[in-house]
Amino acid sequence: MSDAVLEVRGVTKAFGSRQVLRGVDLTVTEHRAVALIGASGSGKSTLLRCIDLLEDIDDGDVFLDGEVITDPAVETVAIRRRLGLVFQAYNLFPHMTALQNVVLGDMRAHGVPRREAEERGRALLARFGLEGREDDRPDNLSGGQQQRVAIARAFSGRPRALLLDEVTSALDPELVGEVLAAVRDLKAEGMTMVIATHEMSFAREVADEVAFLHEGRIVESGPPERVLTEPQRPETRRFLSRLLEAGRI
Amino acid sequence: MTETAVISDRRLEREAARRSKERRGQAIAAISTFVVVGGIAALVLTSPGWPTVQETFFSWSVFKESFPDVLRGFWLDVKLFVVVEVVVLVAGLLVALVRTSRAPALFPLRLLGTVFVDLFRGIPTILLVYLVGFGIPALQLSGLPTDPVVLGGIALSLSYSAYVAEVYRAGIGSVHRGQRDAALAVGLTDSQAMRHVILPQAVRRVAPPLLNDFVALQKDVALISILGPQEAFRIAQIAQGVNFNYTPLIAAALLYLAVTVPLARVVDRMGGGGGEVR
Ligand SMILES: Nc1ncnc2c1ncn2[C@@H]1O[C@H](COP(=O)(O)OP(=O)(O)O)[C@@H](O)[C@H]1O
Ligand SMILES: [Mg+2]
Repeated sequence: MSDAVLEVRGVTKAFGSRQVLRGVDLTVTEHRAVALIGASGSGKSTLLRCIDLLEDIDDGDVFLDGEVITDPAVETVAIRRRLGLVFQAYNLFPHMTALQNVVLGDMRAHGVPRREAEERGRALLARFGLEGREDDRPDNLSGGQQQRVAIARAFSGRPRALLLDEVTSALDPELVGEVLAAVRDLKAEGMTMVIATHEMSFAREVADEVAFLHEGRIVESGPPERVLTEPQRPETRRFLSRLLEAGRI
Repeated sequence: MTETAVISDRRLEREAARRSKERRGQAIAAISTFVVVGGIAALVLTSPGWPTVQETFFSWSVFKESFPDVLRGFWLDVKLFVVVEVVVLVAGLLVALVRTSRAPALFPLRLLGTVFVDLFRGIPTILLVYLVGFGIPALQLSGLPTDPVVLGGIALSLSYSAYVAEVYRAGIGSVHRGQRDAALAVGLTDSQAMRHVILPQAVRRVAPPLLNDFVALQKDVALISILGPQEAFRIAQIAQGVNFNYTPLIAAALLYLAVTVPLARVVDRMGGGGGEVR
């Protein structure tokens, strides 16, 4: 095991009788971005939540920097502090300002003093084009602005890896670009990422690898140009042609 | 140019129509209020018993005489109300937190919380005042309070804590689970997520129903009169017995209204969705 930041091995997860993950294997090495694609309901969100220990997995293991994190004896809170997760629906804290959203984790989970946390928080918001919106509450921000606050919030704990769950799918089309720009920015600085996405052109541009999740397994993965243009598996081909018909590519 | 003029005419026409409709609405409201209120007043004032009722319920001289005593008694009600309210806000929150906790170690406490709520919400408040007020002193254990005001306050606190715990619990349950997920995802512990993310939203949401319960509490403070303390209702009752005149009770009623009506207006103001309340 070389420089893998995240390694998912044989992970299975069922909700009641519904088997969602049936043995997922996925490796993400440092500074690389993996685009996780798959039909709606295929388990992309579930996989990301399992990695961030928001769901208990049934079988298999997840490793972070070579250390198993899915062992029941492991302190989940300490692990989550080393990962960042951005939700599809933003999940910002509505009773807090943008800045308070960003600094909460730094102050309460990482013990950063308020002044320093706020300084960093402001810089982070500015970096994602939110200068001047620090004191706005989420419901005074557009969807694109909210999602950028959410990205800043997930990034503020300086995570080893960032998990992004369809960060643009709740947005109006004209707001997608600004959020993708934020992700591009993180990629440029070498952030290790797993990006669940429906934006194939974005996956092609920003991801080093595309992994296709189908019926609870990663059935095909590889460089984007290969997986997206010459898929080897019939399931992948069918999924991509359906996206093409829907005008999503 | 001509086009805007045409639109302006139509607009003036519409505004005039709207104004006349409004005026007509107000006139109808005024007339119907006058008819209903006047009708009831006429009915009461011309009833054969009215002169007696006026003398026994609305006697100005009795009012003037009894009001200072009733007001003094009411001060006790207000003090008790404030103390019980603070106790209830804290105890109710603690019970709600225990009942919503997930830690396996807290299971016995959770069970206790459920029993507490079932018990004290299920017993009529007046019965609880009797049981605590007469039952605890009857045990003759040293160290237990014997002051009827304290005992009455304990009974009211038990009853209202049970209600308020359920209000808090509903508020906590109404916060979307994505909020907890997001709090955990930034590295907070379960209790930090509760304190910094879930509770602040829950409390904002339940502020109107909580205030509503406090309007009820302010009235129910009068129940301690059955244990003997000289609070407003009790004093009014005694004065009524002395004078064979019910006016002191009216004085007490007015004092309760002086507190509960403003509280009710605050509830109205906050009403609707707690979501917008900041
Ligand atoms: N908490 C849950 N309880 C029960 N079923 C769930 C839960 N979360 C997800 N599922 C189910 O798991 C499947 C995968 O969901 P999800 O991971 O959200 O897929 P995706 O993100 O790829 O659209 C879906 O059928 C969904 O209904
Ligand atoms: Mg999803």
